Formats: sequence, structure tokens, C-alpha cells
Amino acid sequence: MMSWLLVMPIAIPFATAVFAWLARMRPSGRWISLAGSIASLVASVALLLAVLEHGVVAAQMSNWDAPFGITLVADYLGVVMVVITAITGLATAIYALGEIPQRMERLGYHPLFQTLIAGVTGAFLTGDLFNLYVWFEVMLISSFGLLVLGGSREQLDAGIKYVALNLVSTLVFLSGIGLLYGMTGTLNMADLREAVANVENQGLVTVVAMMFMVGFGVKAAVFPLFFWLPASYHTPSFAVSAVFAGLLTKVGVYAMMRMFTLVFVGDVGFTHEILIWVSALTMLVGVIGAAAQSDFRKILSFHIISQIGYMTLGLALYTPLALMGGVFYLVHHIIVKANLFLVSGVANKLAGHTDLNRIGGLYKSSPFLAAMFVIPAFSLAGFPPLSGFWAKYLIVKASIELDNWIIAFVALFVGLLTIFSMTKIWGMAFWKPHPDGIDPTPDRAPDHVRVPMMIPIVGLAAMTIVIGFFPEPFVQFAEIAAGQLLDPSLYVSTVLGVRP
Amino acid sequence: MNSIIFTAGARILVSLLFVFSLFMLLRGHHLPGGGFIGGLIGAVAFIVYSLACGPAEAKVALRVSPEGLAVVGLGIALAAGMVSIFFGDPLFTGQWYWVGGDSYETSLFSINSVLVFDIGVYLVVLGSILSLAYAFEEET
Repeated sequence: MMSWLLVMPIAIPFATAVFAWLARMRPSGRWISLAGSIASLVASVALLLAVLEHGVVAAQMSNWDAPFGITLVADYLGVVMVVITAITGLATAIYALGEIPQRMERLGYHPLFQTLIAGVTGAFLTGDLFNLYVWFEVMLISSFGLLVLGGSREQLDAGIKYVALNLVSTLVFLSGIGLLYGMTGTLNMADLREAVANVENQGLVTVVAMMFMVGFGVKAAVFPLFFWLPASYHTPSFAVSAVFAGLLTKVGVYAMMRMFTLVFVGDVGFTHEILIWVSALTMLVGVIGAAAQSDFRKILSFHIISQIGYMTLGLALYTPLALMGGVFYLVHHIIVKANLFLVSGVANKLAGHTDLNRIGGLYKSSPFLAAMFVIPAFSLAGFPPLSGFWAKYLIVKASIELDNWIIAFVALFVGLLTIFSMTKIWGMAFWKPHPDGIDPTPDRAPDHVRVPMMIPIVGLAAMTIVIGFFPEPFVQFAEIAAGQLLDPSLYVSTVLGVRP
Repeated sequence: MNSIIFTAGARILVSLLFVFSLFMLLRGHHLPGGGFIGGLIGAVAFIVYSLACGPAEAKVALRVSPEGLAVVGLGIALAAGMVSIFFGDPLFTGQWYWVGGDSYETSLFSINSVLVFDIGVYLVVLGSILSLAYAFEEET
């Protein structure tokens, strides 16, 4: 029974991809994709309920016992990421009904999109290191396809940079896996915990740990490995960039959180100390980079980088409160950032461009869209009572508790600069009149395009508000998730079974 | 590429690669081999053929679109994994029916879901590698 719960969130998107491909020439393709996304969400929620009941659930694929077979495992952190992936997938599937033109559907937009969701979900559920690598590859191939779909010169340029740098990352990651396997003889993450602790040459373990940090660091786009992100995220369709912005980098952060709490905890003073300063620089460089941009999506892309810093900081500080903040931040950020990219897509449809110098007047002509921008934007900057406030509050409080005043200051200062960028978008896209004298009213996009694009925006904004006003259950959830990360004994015993 | 030697050699090479890729596919599971490596070798065969005779002819030789091949393969692999539900086993558990014995050593041959899964993987790998390779050939 458990094996079904764990497999379904991965299998449903794959099956949907197959059917959506077969129906890609017909209008039914997009509805198949939408139905698949709804089914994935149902399956993910079912898994969430099982995790709430049992704490950690695991299943051995093909009936091969751990650590020999591939284990799928969901703890609190894993399952919340699966659910949020399904939510983002559903939101963008609805959005795609309005945005994605038939030409791209025929090229296979929906199958690629579903494969990407399957890859992301698989990465969150796997308990095996090599299997994680396979999911990374599934993600990379499908995201490359989505990135270059349409085939404009700009997209191909972005696609090459994206793939080249991500291949370097997977190569480093794969080498790390090989070395780790050579040292311990196992790749099951739960089994590795003990095996790595028993390795004689702990210096070598630290070296391998740093390889993993670099590999995941490229994926997560931390300083100084983030260059592929702002080079590529502003080129694909808006639905695609929202999924990328919401989910892809978070897989890197998740993998880092998993490995650096479960396996590489032998030399926390060294590895996590590096990560603290990497996080601080990531936050700073990202937000300063954003201040220099004047394109809607480029500003948002740089903000992804700066926000990644907060999440890795939560991991790096390595206290229960900090990890709790990191988990909370992860979930909040996916919702908010995906939503901002979706808003930028509507703004592009109405005002005609994403370059802030060439648009304007959205506040006067489309006040509802303006309101829908303010919610995620202020949440991103950390305004109370939106979700971002609680996320930042937890991280800053954790760093103050450790008397790490510099980090606390950086975190707050970056929040300030985030407000600067958001007000820049607000001022240029929404307040100032349109430079070409266009009046960007909502009816510039026909109903069948605009309505599906606005539904997910409203839905995600509502989630931001709900988390902001009723944070207790979410904080409690994050607290248990952080507790499981810091003390993975339940995770290990569930995966390996009780050993004689 | 206009080399008579290569074009002539490619005929033999391509057929050998194909036989080898099928051999690898069938040999899998109990011995090193399987759908993944088989699919890779099969893709190499097509790539050699398209280098020798041009991508247009290689596409005709494949008959179907490589993307479609990959997606159908994905469906086959998924279905083969799901078969275990009817036997009450965890997902992707191989289902075996031994002919003339009761294990690998004693039986003549077996009917099983593992080979179906491997065929699915073979098609996925073959299709996705070829769709990439053909895309690059068009670029240049």
C-alpha cells in the first residue's frame, strides 16, 4: 500500500506525459495535462496524510530491500515539497491554458512539462543517491526542452548556457557519488549516514562533501555558481519560467538540506561555516544584481538568487530554529516566486513588454492585477503579515540567537534592498504612464486567455495571505520537519527497517 | 560526409551494432546488459547511419518520430512496472513465469515483465538520444 502512495505522485505525471504526447495535435492534450496535474495533487495530498500519520513513510521498489534496491521515502520535508510541487504544477497547468500557443503545444509542451514535474517530484521522494542523480537528469533534459521550445535565437543562447553549466554540476555530483560509493560501498542515503561516520579517513569525506556542495550549489544557484540562472530564466514562456523559478533551484536547496543533515554531519564546523558565508554573499550579490536590472523577469531572476541565500542560511546555521526557518522559507518562496513570474506574464500580455522602461500604466488601467502583484511582492520583501515576514523572522531570529550579528544584519539589509527592487517594478510598470501611450486595460487580452492566467495568480496570492495570517500550523509543520532533519533516526529506521 | 570507404563500411557496422544492441537488451537482468545500454548502442547505429547516408535517409529508416518512440517507450515501461499490482507485490517487482523449470539455472526460458520494462527503457533511450542527435544535425 505504501509503495502506491509513494509512487503515484511520480507515476501520474509520467503517464500524463505519455497521453498528452499522443494527443498533442488535438485540443484535448491540454485538458489531459490539466487532469493529470489535478490527479497528482490528489496523490500528493494522500501521501501527506500518510506522512502526518506515520511521521516517515518508505517503500522499497521492486521488493529489493534497502540498502540494495531503490527506496522511495517521504518525511515531513520531502512530502511538503511534493505537495507544493503539485500545487505549482497545477497552477502553471491552468496558466498554460491561456498562455501557451497551439504551436508550442504541438511541439510537445505538455509532455515536457509533465516530465519535468515527475523529475522534480522524484528528486524529492528518492532515498537513493544515484537515483537522485537520475532525477536530476530527467529534470535537466525536460527543462532544456522547455527552455528552447519555440526555438528563438535568444532561447537557444540561454539554453546552451543553462545546459553547459548544469552539466558541469551533474558531473561534479556524479564524481562525488562515485567517490562516496568507493569509500562506503552504499548509496542509500539512510545507510550512508552510518557508513560515512565509520569511514577512517574523515578528511576525504569532507572533500567529497564539498563536491556535493558545489554540485548542488550550481543547481541551487548560490554565489558564485549562479550565472546560468539570470542568463536563462527570462527567455522561455512565462508558465515555464514560473515553474523554473518556483521549483528547479529549490531541488538543489532540498538536496543540500538532505545531504548536509543526514550524511555530511561529521565536520559541521567546516562545511556549514563555509555555507554561512556563501549564503550571506548569495543574498547580497543577488539583491544587488537585481537592483541593476530593468527587465521584469531579470529582476525577479536575481531575486531568486538572493532568496536562495536565506534558505541555505537556514541550513548553514544548523540549529532547530534556523532549519525550521529554512523549511518555512522554502515553501513560502516557491508560492511567492512562481506567482510573481505569473504576474509578469499577464503584465507582458497587457502592456506589451517585460522591459520596465517600455511599459507602464498598469495600476490605473488594471488595478486588480496591481493588487495581485503587491501581495507576493511584499511577501517576498518580508512585510508583515504576509508569509515572507514569518520566514525572514525565523531566520533572523536564529542568527541572533547564535550571536551572529553580521549575518542577521545582512539578512535584514537584503530585505530592505528587496523592497527597493519591488518598488522599482511597482513604480515603473504600474505607476508611471505607459511610454507609448497605450492604456493597458484587462480587455487587451481576450477572456479565454486572461481568465486562466488570473486564476492561479489569485489562488497563489490567497495561499500567501493564508500562510501569513495563520502561520501556526505551518510553523509547527516546519518545526517537526526541522526536528526530523536534525535527528533522522526515524528516517533511518523506516528506510532500513529494524535491524537485528 | 562523402567517403566511399565510410559509406561502405557503415553498412556492415550498422547491422552489427543493431544485432549487438538487441543482444544486449535480451541479455540484461541476469547478466550485464539491459535496455539502457542496448538503447544507447542502437542509437549509435542510427547516428553512424545518418553520418554515412545523411540525416534524411536515417529518418526514413527509423520510420517513426524519435520523440514518439521515447514517449511510447515510457508508457510501456510504466505499464510493465504497474503489472505487479495484479500479483499483490510492491511496484516494479518483476513477475516471472519459468518455462521448463523454476529458476534461472533450471528453466529453458521465461516469460516475464522485466523484459517488457527493458524494452520500454530501450525505446526511451533510443528515442531521446536520436531526437537530440537529429536536432543537432539539423543545426549544422
